[in-house]
Amino acid sequence: MSLLEETVAWFSEPAQWSGATGIPWRLAQHIGYTALAVAAAALVAVPLGLYIGHTGRWRNLAVLSTGALRALPTLGLLTLLALQLGIGLSAPIIALAVLCVPPLLAGIYSGLEAVDPATVDAARAQGMTEAHVILRVELPLAMPLIIGGLRSAVLQVIATATVAAFIGVGGLGRYIIDGLAVSDTARVLGGAVVVVILALVIDALFAAAQRLSAHFADPATPTKERHA
Amino acid sequence: MNWALTNYERLLDLVWQHTWISGSAIALGFALALPVGWAAYAMKSSPHGAVRQLSGVTVSLSSVLYTIPSLPLFVIMPTILGLGWLNPINVLIALVIYAFAIMVRGVVDALNAVPPSVLDSAAACGFSRGQRAISVTLPLAGPVMLAALRVVSVSTVSLLSIGALVGVSNLGSLFTNGFNRNFPTEILTGVVLTVALALVFDLLLVAAGRLLMPWNSVVSAGGSA
Repeated sequence: MSLLEETVAWFSEPAQWSGATGIPWRLAQHIGYTALAVAAAALVAVPLGLYIGHTGRWRNLAVLSTGALRALPTLGLLTLLALQLGIGLSAPIIALAVLCVPPLLAGIYSGLEAVDPATVDAARAQGMTEAHVILRVELPLAMPLIIGGLRSAVLQVIATATVAAFIGVGGLGRYIIDGLAVSDTARVLGGAVVVVILALVIDALFAAAQRLSAHFADPATPTKERHA
Repeated sequence: MNWALTNYERLLDLVWQHTWISGSAIALGFALALPVGWAAYAMKSSPHGAVRQLSGVTVSLSSVLYTIPSLPLFVIMPTILGLGWLNPINVLIALVIYAFAIMVRGVVDALNAVPPSVLDSAAACGFSRGQRAISVTLPLAGPVMLAALRVVSVSTVSLLSIGALVGVSNLGSLFTNGFNRNFPTEILTGVVLTVALALVFDLLLVAAGRLLMPWNSVVSAGGSA
């Protein structure tokens, strides 16, 4: 297992732990791109999702576009935008944002749709305004599904941000793309391991958040997973 | 357009590469997920608590596989399998893992959707367990399974293009090559061909569904994912 030893050796080099090519900085870049792209996507997905989920209008359009976007190859979108917009952060951020709109949108409108109409009617009968109905009734009840959508959106962006290293941005994908270019297998594997760990940790955090929000939406739900 | 016409031989070759790799990955992923999903479903109604737990663990573990980002998995595969870097089997197996991860949940959801009363009546009519599984459970679970398989098919076709980054030739090669040559037409051709291929796969699955389950109008796309 000399390759394993080489990879372990790559991790133990001090160069990997400081400076602009070190793991901490690359990790921060990766998380930064992800946060930026998800925030940009949320600007579109949140109002649209609330509108569709609350009124039920445009639903078919949303379902159709979500399916169509899934077929779009991420690498094709990234390279095409990079050539059109030139080098810089805007092309990858736009591409990443476009790709995470569908899961975000789907989480929001399906979450709102799943709220019992009787509950919404009861809230109106109490004299709540539409804004109150959305903010105090529909959103809290839909939160587990919304966080579920956010979870798949974030994981999608983490994966695609790795691929975006090909068009020249920083982040953890640099280790893989640069390592492949010079056949430095230890660097490629080291980078791959860091991305996988990042994805698993983020996924676990979201799973915990989802359980907490389910407990908040319905206090009868246990916070720990139990099998009935 | 002219570029696509003059290079049609290379494009045809890439379409073929893309078709066989993604097609085999979808088929293998489904073939593996069906027994595993079925086992998870069967274990759920076991009288032993530990076996019931195992059912939940199987489904969660297979979902975790899906959270592994694609490019890292593509580069880790050659090390695990011990094959050469450029061998398409590396990418194929990685895609099988993703297809399997989505499909196990799809199979379990589909089997859960079969009404227990129908299964009970089949048993009351004298069906053996094996007969009931093949001629009652499977056809009734079919539409939901098909919906999941369509999701698998679309995402597999689109994911494969990332394999071009590790040097496995497919329609994604048009993206890497077009980017390196600063030639958007080539990338656009690749995008159109990839989406078209995903559409063809989807139509084939729908047609197969109509053929195998003529009594059922097919469940709409993306029903469960």
